[in-house]
Amino acid sequence: MSDAAANPIVRARNLTKTYGTTHALDHISFDIEAGRIVGLIGPNGAGKTTALKAILGLVDFDGDLRVLGLDPRTQRAELMEQVCFIADVAVLPRWIKVSEAVEFVAGVHPRFSREKCEAFLSHTKIAPGMRVRELSKGMIVQLHLALVMAIDAKLLVLDEPTLGLDILYRKSFYESLLSDYFDENKTIIVTTHQVEEVEHILTDLVFIRDGKIALAATMDEVGERYAEVMVNPDKADAARALKPLNERQIFGKSIFLFDGIERARLAALGELHKPSVADLFVATMKGTYA
Amino acid sequence: MNNIPLLMKREFWEHRGGFLWAPVWITGVILIFTVLGILSAEAFHASSHVHMGFSLDDLRENISQADWSQAGNALDMAQLMFGGVTSVGVFFVLFFYLLGALYDDRRDRSVLFWKSLPVSDTATVASKALSAMVVAPVIAFVVATAAYVLFLLIVTLWAGAHGLNALPAIFASHPLGMLWRLVLTLPVSALWALPAIGWLLFWSAYVRSKPFLWAVMVPLIVLMLNWWLGKLGAPHIPDDVHLAAILGRLLFSILPGSWMKAEGSGVLVSHIKQSLDPDHIVSSFDPSNVYGLLAEPNLWIGIVAGVALLAAAIYFRQRRIETAT
Repeated sequence: MSDAAANPIVRARNLTKTYGTTHALDHISFDIEAGRIVGLIGPNGAGKTTALKAILGLVDFDGDLRVLGLDPRTQRAELMEQVCFIADVAVLPRWIKVSEAVEFVAGVHPRFSREKCEAFLSHTKIAPGMRVRELSKGMIVQLHLALVMAIDAKLLVLDEPTLGLDILYRKSFYESLLSDYFDENKTIIVTTHQVEEVEHILTDLVFIRDGKIALAATMDEVGERYAEVMVNPDKADAARALKPLNERQIFGKSIFLFDGIERARLAALGELHKPSVADLFVATMKGTYA
Repeated sequence: MNNIPLLMKREFWEHRGGFLWAPVWITGVILIFTVLGILSAEAFHASSHVHMGFSLDDLRENISQADWSQAGNALDMAQLMFGGVTSVGVFFVLFFYLLGALYDDRRDRSVLFWKSLPVSDTATVASKALSAMVVAPVIAFVVATAAYVLFLLIVTLWAGAHGLNALPAIFASHPLGMLWRLVLTLPVSALWALPAIGWLLFWSAYVRSKPFLWAVMVPLIVLMLNWWLGKLGAPHIPDDVHLAAILGRLLFSILPGSWMKAEGSGVLVSHIKQSLDPDHIVSSFDPSNVYGLLAEPNLWIGIVAGVALLAAAIYFRQRRIETAT
């Protein structure tokens, strides 16, 4: 649709949520465009889950928030025709049978394809007669993913979707998402602590800290702005003069993380690297728990 | 809102044990005891050769028309008994169903799955209220009726074994008329139950923990506080308002047929006495009597209160997700 391209999928202005005296979200504003995979990353208690809950209409908030042009507080049912959500693996009701779950979602969701769902399930060991309580954690997330990927939604929200899964399930989870689900008409927002596993699929990065946005950039911009330089001890003082974000030692050399310093100047100091999201995160969040 | 039939199916999937198997077990146990009673009577009779007050062999020889009609009355009572006992089962099933309906999925966090689907909170709450008004009572009624048919079969076979034809007794009873009268009570019971349905669903949606305690203790404390204020001579709700009856309806009106009292105030104790009188109970099932309740403000005040409580339940369903545990 043409209007989807013109309007952001999510548009937040001064989004605020307070629990008692703590600001879970402190006047944050951001846009999320269609066709992006956004990683929402922050330390525990930074407000990630609150932001997602606000987007999904699961929590009241102050400020202005539009998701697909709708107000999540008052139009949740309508919104959920276009938005899918996987919290963590524990949210599928334990009493339900696989066949009942499929029948239910098929009945309430106008954009659900039963054929697609059954095709996904046929690649797993999950049988229609099984109850969720009989499934392993990994199988529950496969079932949830099969239900969600069979829905032609505009926005998929994932809140720690692979928490507690072994590495095989984690890998196949993100692989399925990328190869069988994601395309330019879809948008994915994901929060996770396992940054290394998602960083190669993200197009955008949002760091959140104490209810505020600490960084919001595309992965390309991150690559341009930030650089890591491995510096020999003799040039370390020159490097420190450029005010690095972070410094760490390895094999007698110092690794400095710089924000927005010309490549040419950095190259003179030592070997240049693209910083990993995890390193960038650690540098940005320094002193969070202090 | 067009999702509601599927949402009610969902409720049945989750609560098959309470909605279907509980009445099946209750009536099954009655039938088993009926058979056991017959067998032990036979055994006692065979071993002692003592004439009990109730001898089928005597009956066969000396039975009169009046006796048949009395036997028919007894069968009518038995039919009512099957309905009554399953109704008590329905009460317990619904009480705990409604207290958990908007609470259990918050506690195990599966509410996050249900809320990820395009189903409005109004439709969710409505499907749960309708399950309590219609699905559980109707299933229990069908099961009770089937059990009564089995009961007739057992009695006929037993009588037949003694060379006695039980059909005249069955013809002297009113199984179809009774069935129809009981069917007619179902809508009235459903409307009458609304205050309790609303009350229990409200606490289920509202509390962060222990819905049972809140739902039960609040009316009890209000009642005791009022009594105490009365003793002190302080301003209080006077006795002629029947506060106990009003508060009792918040908890007990989900018992099918609990409106069966001339004043329809649903106080359990007082109408149990009346229920023991067979003439009274059969006449109180007369459709004109049953639908006379529709003319009572009592019923309509309860409906308004129930709908208001349901609206409050929807309000909190939209806003409360977390529980204390």
